[in-house]
Amino acid sequence: MIACEQVGFDYGTRAIVAGVSLEVGAGELCAVVGPNGAGKTTLVRILAGLLPAARGRVRVGDLDPATAPRREVARRLAYVPQLYELAFPFTVAEVVLMGRYAHRGGLGLEDDADLAAAHDAMRRCDVDDLEGRRFDTLSGGEQRRALLAQAFCQGAATIILDEPTAALDPAHAHAVMAALRATCADRGAAALVVTHDLNLAARWTDRVIVMARGAVAAAGPATEVLAAPATAAAFGVPLHVGTLPGGAAFVVPA
Amino acid sequence: MSGFLATRRAPRLTRGRLIAALGGCLVVAAAVTLLAPLLGVEMTRSGRHFTWIDLSAIGDPDATDHQVFVLARLPRALAAMMVGAALAAAGCAFQALLRNPLAEPFTLGISSGSSLAAVLAIRLGLDGVLGGTGVGVAALFGAAASVTVVWRLGRVGRSLPPATLLLAGVTVAMLCAAASMLVQYTAEFAEVSRMVRWMMGGFEVVRYGTLLRAGVAIGIGLLILLSLARDLNALAAGAEAAASVGVSVGRAQSLVFIAASLLVGASIAIGGPIGFVGLMVPHALRALVGPDHRVLLPASMLAGGALLVLCDTFARLAIAPAQLPVGIVTALLGAPFFLMILVRGKRGAQLWGGG
Repeated sequence: MIACEQVGFDYGTRAIVAGVSLEVGAGELCAVVGPNGAGKTTLVRILAGLLPAARGRVRVGDLDPATAPRREVARRLAYVPQLYELAFPFTVAEVVLMGRYAHRGGLGLEDDADLAAAHDAMRRCDVDDLEGRRFDTLSGGEQRRALLAQAFCQGAATIILDEPTAALDPAHAHAVMAALRATCADRGAAALVVTHDLNLAARWTDRVIVMARGAVAAAGPATEVLAAPATAAAFGVPLHVGTLPGGAAFVVPA
Repeated sequence: MSGFLATRRAPRLTRGRLIAALGGCLVVAAAVTLLAPLLGVEMTRSGRHFTWIDLSAIGDPDATDHQVFVLARLPRALAAMMVGAALAAAGCAFQALLRNPLAEPFTLGISSGSSLAAVLAIRLGLDGVLGGTGVGVAALFGAAASVTVVWRLGRVGRSLPPATLLLAGVTVAMLCAAASMLVQYTAEFAEVSRMVRWMMGGFEVVRYGTLLRAGVAIGIGLLILLSLARDLNALAAGAEAAASVGVSVGRAQSLVFIAASLLVGASIAIGGPIGFVGLMVPHALRALVGPDHRVLLPASMLAGGALLVLCDTFARLAIAPAQLPVGIVTALLGAPFFLMILVRGKRGAQLWGGG
């Protein structure tokens, strides 16, 4: 669904992303973790085609996202940036329906298919009772769930989220991850989530990719990767990894 | 009026809301444009009276009322309608594109560049060339040139950061204003008075031929902007978020700039630089019909046109038989009205952006 090979990007002479290769297939939910400044956001912006890679190849479905028409990319890939600030007082329903842009012409009103997609997405993200609220009056957690609904509403097979749970309390963070997990399982979506929450990554994702200094330091199933010495080295702090009764891993700085 | 300040409103734009909002605006705009030319002021011994054109005389080419209506007042009202629509639409699109409440043709330097070209044309004695349209044509080229300069200056690589663009626009506006003063300083007295009069804006002498030519440019500009309505909605969340849902941001930006230079250039060619309509109308309408550009853009066009017709009628009648320049009227009436909305908006929620 989304793949990249030996991708690199520089700011001036400093390499921000260097030689990263990864692949996320249908039905898979992957996390990208790593310390601040590791190049996580730059990497996902390259994957979304918003930043052209200086080196390497990126594929989203059958397209190169940096050169393909944005409308075609948007039908295959939904990307929710870390910061989302609206300049006008749009409602939640209007924000979610913006996800239908790639499916319609310039001026027309949404049709039944658009509205059905929006309502389905809002229900899955538990924001259907907020549809008439102004987006700018929502709490941080509600805004994040509305943006996830916009991404779902886009109907793309690949979803990239940059820190979708950063502002959320534990219950809503888990709700967002559960909705994402269900979308991967039920609809065969491929999802890539940038997060600082290692426990959330351990609990919900199939694979964890650890980035450090622009490169992949470790990658694989959460339990193995979080216990790997390379991961502790990447974060610069020893990590204690345990196993919960259900089998999921948890991790705390040791 | 307080409804729009509530945090809960109609969840989205429906066909019913679209028809109601645009229908209302259309009725007002049509009524204003057709009624305003019928009204006049007559001086008698007992003072000044309003007079109405005798409707039965319209159609009789020899009747004075017919000539006043068809040759003088109707083209004037149509010109004000077109220019108001063009300026409001350009302001609305710039505010969305730059996500900034101050964005409009004046703050982006387009009006000043256009004015400078017109002042130069008067200084060089080009009033009479091209069948008397020399100053108008110069204004059109000035608008296109300043749009190109501001755009080039504001661009950073492939992106167009709003703050850089506004700074470039404000700087170009100041430069052009200073250059205009310099031209005036070196001009003959008669030229200066023509320049100053032109820079106040007005529709006193408008011919149907001018209306037709400018109307084509304005029509194309308005259609381009309408076709971008959903792009402008998505751009409210910034270029990156818009690109993620499928907007070709570069194409949308180029089209907005092309459309705006057509709209502003043609407007200035007809009526001189008329301020405040582009800034005020979209703000007021956003509060009334919501931020969705599929309704906001066409509603701004109709309301902007109607507002300018009203201002021009006031300018024509207030001190009759003399006339006020309409640019003075839009600013004098517009500024307090706009401040009123701003203060009211501040109390409940904000007129602009966050709540």
